Formats: sequence, C-alpha cells, structure tokens
Amino acid sequence: MADWKCCDKCWHSPERPCPDLVECLTAGPVCHDDSSCRERIAARTSDRRRENPVRPIIFIGAGTCGLGAGAGKSLVRIRQYIEKNQLDTDVIEVGCIGMCIAEPMVDVQLPGKTRVSFHGITEDKVDSLLDSVFSGEIPSEDVLGQFRSDTLASWPGVPYLDEHPFMRNQTRWVLANCGIINPTDIWEYIARGGYRALAKSLGKITPQELCDMVIKSGLRGRGGGGFPTGRKWKFALDTPGDQKYYICNADEGDPGAFMDRAVIEGDPYRLLEGLAIGSYAIGASKAYVYIRAEYPLAIKHLEEAIEEAKALGLLGENILDSGFNLEIVIKQGAGAFVCGEETALIHSIEGKRGMPRPRPPYPAVRGLFDKPTVINNVETLANVPDIVANGAEWFSGVGTETSKGTKVFALSGKVARTGLVEVAMGTPLRQIIFDIGGGIANGKAFKAVQIGGPSGGCIPTPHLDILIDYESLKTVGAMMGSGGLVVMDEDNCMVDVAKFFMDFIQRESCGKCIPCREGTKRMLDILKRITRGRGSESKEEALERFQGMMYLTRLAGVIQDTSLCGLGQTAPNPVLSTLRWFRDEYEAHVYERKCPAGACTELLGYRIDTDKCKGCTLCAKKCPVDAIMGSPKSPHYINPDRCIACGTCADVCRFDAVITE
Amino acid sequence: MIKIEVNNRTVEAEPGEMILTALRRAGINVPTLCHMENLFPSGACRMCVVEVEGQRSLVPSCAFPVADGMKIQTHSARVVRARKTIVELLLANHPDDCLYCVRNKNCELQELSSELGVVQRHYTGEKNDYKQDISSPSIVRDPSKCILCGRCVRVCEEVQGVAAIDFAHRGSKSCVETAFGEGLNVSSCVNCGQCIAVCPTGALTERSHIQMVVDALNNPDLYCVVQHAPSVSVTLAEEFGMKPGTDVDGIMVTALRQLGFKKVFDTSFSADLTIMEEASELVHRIQTGGKIPMMTSCSPGWIKFVETFYPDFIENLSTCKSPQQMMGAVIKHYFAQKEGIDPAKIFSVSIMPCTAKKFECGRQEMIHDGVADVDAVLTTRELARFIRQRGVDINALSPDTADTPFGHRSTAGKIFGASGGVMEAALRTAYWMITGKDMEDPKIQDVRGMKGVKEIHLNIGGLELGFAVASGLGNARRLLEEIRNGRSDIHFIEIMTCPGGCIAGGGQPLGANQQAIRARMQKLYTIDRDEKVKFSHHNEDILRIYKDFLEKPLGHKSHHLLHTHYSSRDKVIR
Repeated sequence: MADWKCCDKCWHSPERPCPDLVECLTAGPVCHDDSSCRERIAARTSDRRRENPVRPIIFIGAGTCGLGAGAGKSLVRIRQYIEKNQLDTDVIEVGCIGMCIAEPMVDVQLPGKTRVSFHGITEDKVDSLLDSVFSGEIPSEDVLGQFRSDTLASWPGVPYLDEHPFMRNQTRWVLANCGIINPTDIWEYIARGGYRALAKSLGKITPQELCDMVIKSGLRGRGGGGFPTGRKWKFALDTPGDQKYYICNADEGDPGAFMDRAVIEGDPYRLLEGLAIGSYAIGASKAYVYIRAEYPLAIKHLEEAIEEAKALGLLGENILDSGFNLEIVIKQGAGAFVCGEETALIHSIEGKRGMPRPRPPYPAVRGLFDKPTVINNVETLANVPDIVANGAEWFSGVGTETSKGTKVFALSGKVARTGLVEVAMGTPLRQIIFDIGGGIANGKAFKAVQIGGPSGGCIPTPHLDILIDYESLKTVGAMMGSGGLVVMDEDNCMVDVAKFFMDFIQRESCGKCIPCREGTKRMLDILKRITRGRGSESKEEALERFQGMMYLTRLAGVIQDTSLCGLGQTAPNPVLSTLRWFRDEYEAHVYERKCPAGACTELLGYRIDTDKCKGCTLCAKKCPVDAIMGSPKSPHYINPDRCIACGTCADVCRFDAVITE
Repeated sequence: MIKIEVNNRTVEAEPGEMILTALRRAGINVPTLCHMENLFPSGACRMCVVEVEGQRSLVPSCAFPVADGMKIQTHSARVVRARKTIVELLLANHPDDCLYCVRNKNCELQELSSELGVVQRHYTGEKNDYKQDISSPSIVRDPSKCILCGRCVRVCEEVQGVAAIDFAHRGSKSCVETAFGEGLNVSSCVNCGQCIAVCPTGALTERSHIQMVVDALNNPDLYCVVQHAPSVSVTLAEEFGMKPGTDVDGIMVTALRQLGFKKVFDTSFSADLTIMEEASELVHRIQTGGKIPMMTSCSPGWIKFVETFYPDFIENLSTCKSPQQMMGAVIKHYFAQKEGIDPAKIFSVSIMPCTAKKFECGRQEMIHDGVADVDAVLTTRELARFIRQRGVDINALSPDTADTPFGHRSTAGKIFGASGGVMEAALRTAYWMITGKDMEDPKIQDVRGMKGVKEIHLNIGGLELGFAVASGLGNARRLLEEIRNGRSDIHFIEIMTCPGGCIAGGGQPLGANQQAIRARMQKLYTIDRDEKVKFSHHNEDILRIYKDFLEKPLGHKSHHLLHTHYSSRDKVIR
C-alpha cells in the first residue's frame, strides 16, 4: 500500500486518479468514513505542520547561501552532537528564510515548545547552542526570535521572529514557506494548503475563467517587463494550436539577484503548482523550467519535487482525473545572461544559440518550436497558487493602483541587513532600505540604490520616498526589473558603478544586433577613458576622452532606440540614470580628473605630508617613474605631472606621510 | 490592399507583409545589411529601422508587419541619426583598410558610409583583431572585416544545410567561426562560396589564383591553356557594368588570348563529353540493374556534401569527373600527345563560376603521377580583376572563337550553367541512346527555372523513368531524405550546389538578386533556342575525340581519364 493511502479503500493512483486526492490527503478521507483513517490523516498533517512534535527538531538553513556561510560544517557538527549525546532528534535541512546577514541559521523546536531561530551558528557555536537549548536555556546573544503558534507554548522573554525589524515590514506570500518547510518533502507543502489551488482549478474553473481571474488580480510579470500575466495567458489560450508550451524562466542572471534561486531551493512545490495551473489555463501539455546550471541545489530540489508530484499523480497523465496532462522538463541554461530574454531562451531550449529574434510574432502566438508559448518568471508563477486559492480580490487588495500583490527583492550592498525581502507593492523604498535593511552599515552616508539590475537605474536620496510600483519607478529613470536592490554609500563612485554595468552588458550582449554589440563596447570605452589615470593619458587620448563624453548620451539614445531586444534597449540605463542624478561626479572625473568617492584608483592624487616625511628616500627609490624628488633627511615632493597614481609610495611609506586625495 | 502613409504620402501595401517589402515596391530605398531575399527576417543589423507613429522605439522595417493606416517616417532626423551611428559603430571596429581590400569600391559598408555621410570618427577605441583563416583551398575568411550581419551563417545553414560556420562567443567578442575555431579546411565546409556571394564586406573572399596564373604566364617554359565554364560568358559582363544576362562569349575568348593563353578551350565541350559518358552510365545502370537513382557529379560542392553528410549515397554518384576535370584530363593527355608537348609543361587554367572548383582541382583523385588535370582556377570575379589589371579594354575587343580540338560545343553543353541543364542535356542523349532517335522537341520545360526541386516522369523507349533536379544543398538534403525514406520512383537526379545552378555560383559577380540570376539563366536558354546543334552526341569535336582517341563512352581510356571515385569524410577533422 502506497504511503499516502489511509487504508485499502483509497483507490487513488497516478494510473487511476481520484479527483478528491488533495482534499483527502489533508482533511480526508472523502470517499469513505472511517475514524481511524481520519485520525491517521490528521496526525500526518499535524506532524508536517509541526503542531505538536514528539521529538526535538533541529532545522538548518541549507540553501546555497547558508552553505556558503558555513551551514554544511555546522550540519556535520550538529549530527556529531546528536550522535555523541545519543539524542532522539530530527534534523531538517530547510531553504533560505532570507536573512543573509544571519547565516548560518539554525532553528530548534523542542516538544511542546515553539520553534526558535538562532543566527550566526557557525561550526564552533553548535555545541554551546545545543547544550543551552537542550537544557532549556535560550542564549540571548544568538537568538533571532521564536515562531508564533496557537498550539505550542512560547518561550518566555524571547522575542517573536515576525517582530524582528527585518521581518516586521514584510508581506511574505511567495516566500511564505521558504526557510520554514522541508523543501524535499511534498507532504509539508500539502499540509500547509499546497496543491489545493491546482485541485480547485482542475475541478471547477475553466481555462478561460482562470485567465480572467489572473487578469482581474492585476498580477504582472515579476521578471522585469511587468506585462500583465493574465493577458499573456489569454493570448496563448486564444491562439489555436495542437500543441502549446509553458516555460518557466528561472535563468536568473542580474548581478546580485537571487530571488528565484531561494524560492526554488526553499519551496519548489509552489512553483510547480503555479506552473501546472498556468499550463492548464493556456492548454499546454508540456512545460519547461529553464534554469541556470549554476543553481545545482535548486535543480536537485526541483527534480525531486517533480518526482514526488508524479508519484502522487499531481503531475503526468490525467491529473486528478481532470483529463489534463502535464509533463515538466528541466532545461539547464549554460550561463548566458541574454537567455533570460524570452525569444533567446526559446532558441536555447530548441538547441540553438541563445539569440533573440524580432517580435512580433510574440511567443504567445509563435513560440517554442513555433507553437503558442507562455513564458513566466519563477516569482510570477509562485504567486499563482495563492491567487487561485484566495481569489483575485484578495490579491489585488494589496498594492497600488497599477501594481498589485508583493515583490521580492534581493537587498544587497552597503546596507546593514542584507537579505531577501518580500514587501507589498506600494511600500516606500526608504522603508526597505532603512527599516528592513537597517540603513547603511558602518555609519556611512547613503548615496543611491540601484534597482533593476543592468537594465535598471539608480535612485538618489531625494527620491527615496518613492513607492515600489512599476510606473512610479520609471518616472525616476529606474525600473522594477527582477528585483535586485543594491545599496550604495558615499564610498561608491557612480561612474564606477555605471562602468561595472556597462562592462557586464558588453560581455553578455549576444552579439546579434549592432547597436548593442558595438555600442555598449564603445560606451564602456568612454567610461574607461574618463576613469583612466592622468599620467598614462596621451594628448590624443585626452581629446578622445572629451569627444567620448560629447557623444555618450547620443550613443546611449541610439542604442535604446534601435536595439533588438530588451537587453540592448535598456543597456544604457545605468549610464543615463547615473548621468541624470550624479552629473557632478562625471564632471569631476572629466574636467577635474578626480574621483570624489575615491573609488577610481587611477584618478587618486598623491601628496607628501611634509610634517610627517622623514626623508628616508624609500618612496623615491620605489617610484617606478621617478616622480618623487627630495634630498635625504628632508621632506620629499611628488611631481604630479609625472605621477601615474600607482600608489607604491603610499604602500611603502613607514610614516604614513603619503596622503591620497 | 491596405493603405499606409510613408513620409506623408499614401502607399499601398499587402496585409501581413513587412514594411520593407511595401517600401521597396513604392520605390523608397531603406538600407539593409542583414536582410536576405526569401529568408525569415533576422532583425540583426538595425539599418532598416523606421519611425512608426505610436511605437516607442524605432522598428526594423524588415521584420515589422504593416497595418492599415500606419504612419511611417523612413528618413526622419531620428532615423538617419540612428543609421549613421550604427555605421559609425561598425567602422569603429573595422580595420579601415579599404585601399588594401579586395572589396574596395564594391563593399556595402563603404557604400552605406558614403550614403550616410560618415566623414568623421566619432567613436574610437580598441578594435577586434583576428587572424585570417587561409586554410581553405577555396575561401579566405578575414573575421576582422566581418560586421556579423549573419548572412554567411544563414546561407550556409538555412540555404545550403551545411552549417560549417556559426556565431561564437558573446558580446563584443562575438564572431563567426567554424566548429572549435579550427580552419575551414577541417570543417564541414563544402567550398561552395555562397557565403562570399552574400558577404557585404571583404570578410569572405575567394582564395585567389591570379598570382599563380601570372607567374605561369610569365614562365617561358610553360605552355598555358585556359578553359572557360558554360555560365561564365553570361555573367562576366556584369563585372564591366553591363546588364545581367549579356553574353560576351567571343569577347572573353579574345580577352583570354590577350592575357597570354596559348589556347582557349570551351568547358561546354567537355560538358558534352560528360553527357556522353554520364548518359551512357545512366543507360548502363538502368539496363543492368546498377545503383539507382544515379546522381550527377559535376558540382564539386555537392560531391563533398555527399562524402561528408550522406556517405551512404556515394555509390549513387556518377563516376564521371566534372567537365572541368574532363577537359583538364583530355588537355594533358590527348591534346599534349597530339601537339607533342610534355604534359608536365602544360599549365592548365580554368575560368569557373565556382570556388569549389579550386578545391576540386587539388583533390588527390585528380592528380596522376604528380600531374594535375587542372593547375589553377580563376573565378569569374578573378578573371574580371585580371582583365582590368592587364589593361585590357573589354569594350574594344572583337569576338573570336575558341580553339580546336575543344572549341566546339552543342547547346546541351552550354545549358550546364543553369540548374536543370545537365538533366536536360543528359535526357536528350540518353533518349537517343535508348531509342536510337533524337527527341522531337529537345526543350524540357519542367526541369527549367529557379524552383529548388523540379521533377519529371517520362516514358523513354517503354521505360517509365523519373527524374529530379535540385539546386541548393538544403533542397538536395530534402530530396535525399525522401530517398532514404524509401522513395523509389526517381532514376536520375541532378544536383547543383548553388541555388539556380552555376549562374549563381560562389565565384560569380557579387550583388546579384533573384532577377539578375533569372536573366543569366534566360540567356543560356536563349542560346539553346537560337543555335543549331542542340545534342551533345551531334557535336563534331566529340565524335572526333571518340574516333581518334577515346574509342567509346565508358571504354578503357574513358575509365582511366574521365572517371573517378569518392570516399566518405569526417564532418569535422580534429
């Protein structure tokens, strides 16, 4: 008897599916009445919901980020501890809850008590933490907070996790299960209401109604473009075709963005359920998850989740006896940024070089293998089950006029609390950075926040009160993008930031269209010239530096205006947006040949503090261009015309007499 | 028909067609670099962008369908600035060595730059620096001059089905490469040169034999002879500004003599010879139950294609050498013997519409005891260049006839230059061989024209026979797949590597559109219509060579001199 069956009366199998399976698995049995079956099912649900564990449970955040912070070693130590002390304890590897700063994170739940989260539990801290917790002590320096529970006793004097400043202002829908459930146990997802939306869709809602529901919910693409998801579905539904495809775009490539990875690692089932509902809505019998090969853990979890769903009959032929079939194929991307663009992604799945093609025809009309295809990003799809389960009004009840629901951001850079945050649309940017993120680390001053990755822009202090909303972000030259949020402080040079993104783009351009391929390279050349050191510049090069600046915006305009795909059309944004808000920094680089933030090392000037210089001559001996003059035992002098700003003098000076400026 | 508004003027357009098509019909010239006739738009170059009211960005007119009432500006300041910037960007990463470039004054990039008034270097910086690939016997690739329009990649993959080259690497380091970045000579390239024919710049050119020929002509110890292929006389004129479809056969003969060749022979003669051998082989195969369908072997790109991709069809290939090689063989063996010249002292040049011929003449099977049948191959383009170099004024020449013993041809040999021509010529002679009579009407309309695959079923002497003609290797591929899958009604197949046949070969004058190719083809058929000797087996020179030397088709000497063999090849040699 398969493990989901309460007794032999349950006849469900993938070959002979029962439409009431999901209901039965959580609140069943449906087809017969038997109190012992009912108890067995209720016990399983309660167990997976951790409502009353009989044994202590240790949870460890073992997403890629946690492992990077040392969770792997902590896990080994935890297992050693359990063995040494001969404890009857479960250890569960969960995904990432989003608090990068707190990794490695370990939660402990003792029988009858609430689950408590601890931060920074590196290998060496494991023993003392577990010693304390198992003896009933919560070490206050390690604790992040305890979970709320209706059934379990709370720990006195321990703050609640949802009151932590990082969590307090979040609206966690997509990330609801991330870092909490076991991402390799489908029962945990089902016990928390998973797959109800799919069962509801297949049983009672027509594809047409589903499209209308998603249109009404106001859900828009979370991958960058922000196109209304339901309308995309409807185009594909209305296009006749013997075969249609659904593609989940998990080719997350923006520098500093890791939302999709966290969702798949921490809660792959939510994505698969959304994918199944979407496929049903457009009439696709085959779906692809295009995921970058650099996400091995996410791929592993996704593969396992697909197998689990298949074994239960939640994927495959005649799902829940609805007549709907769905096969999901994982296609690993080879690490090209442009393959996030939908037509390039389609080419990649088809086995061709990942290069975009002109649209129209749009993929919804002519997509993968020339068939109608819908492509949605991971976060978009992860929103779908809740919309179906709770209704369009519930979803559209949160957000602004044109942007509904929530948005996940990867908060990184110079902020005190980096991590993955999910906020309601309409949340002020300031709140994300200063309340959730805790402001700038090390007491430095905030300068700007880069939003939307290489296609996005920088938002400076005067616009920090802008609300998270597709349209309002555009008014300040930024865009929602996929959700990268890089905070910059006074030490960041905005020209350098623009240069970083241009370098990224000119390397990741597919090379197909001329403006993007050649234009981004020349834009980078121009930026390189204005950040190049004075000493190494010839007269002709100086002329080119000015000429470049004269044509920079014109070139940017043509690239935006003529490029083939979204990557090229938005490629100049980082430059245009920094030019718009930080023109003074550009001017300082071009005219004064100075980098106000001190980040462009070639532009730094070196001067010798005559009071500190002892005349040891070391700097003069080491200077590669003989730019330092002076007699022994008397203060030296750096000839600025000769200096190439290599910094050797500052490195070798034993008296801190070389000043950089 | 719907109406669109272009530059404030009403223009009619077909629903669903692309803006560019409507503009061209209306006589509005919008520049393009990546656009290719009859292929799906790729939208890569962005040169054809236009301003469409209501669209946020400029749209590529090649890939954007018209809509009723659409308002378009094709030369607004915004559009012209964009186009000019794109050309400036290309030039910023281009070697800028026009004076040293074989495509100087015949280069699309140069023309665009001039049309758009690029006179200043606005964008400067590092340029990509690549090595030339001179490994191929037929084609020279210079990636530094490549603007990545993708036309070569597309013609190679989509038209020819060879895919020897593709885009490699990313961003500003993108380039067109062979598999693993190795030389063309170890790739699956069949040397057809269609990539050269579509290349807008000097990134792809033929491997020139001009210097080799000049050296031979200057060498008093060598006896230089030349043959010219059937299609060359109807295309050479274009190199001198005459309109497509002009025949300069006699003038070309005079020009070749002025260049210093001692004898000028007509490859159409050896095309007749090929027909005698090939038609005999076909009749033999049909009557003795040999390997059917038999496939022609005149086109060296096609031969390498079979050897590389369809080695299971090698036995289907006719064992006949191509007309070029047959001519080479009879020059060095029959002519040399007759004239008392040491074959090793003869330098045999051929003027071909083809780059693969350069490869063919170097094949080991075509060299006996160190003596090659043909020593050097000049394409039509190279001949024109050579004529100009030597100061020969083609307009001042009077026509002359080719030399005996290989100067006379039938028109059957002449129409070899068009797709379907070999088939038509072979059928004329095979009919005679089977029935003992000449066809009443030698014109076989069904195998003429530009269609990619042409078929005809005939009853010849009580035999129900099927014939197919394909040009362009992509079409050949489709036909071969059908036969692989069991199709058995076809007995004889003519394949030409280049779409349309030799008149559109990879060595022909550049910049020819479909209309020009049709005109070239039409000229060959006009010659066939107007001249008297329409059958290879009625060519007196052919009758003579069999009488004096070869004895009979498929005889011992023929076997030795006029037939060859093939062997399978790896797609990529590593």
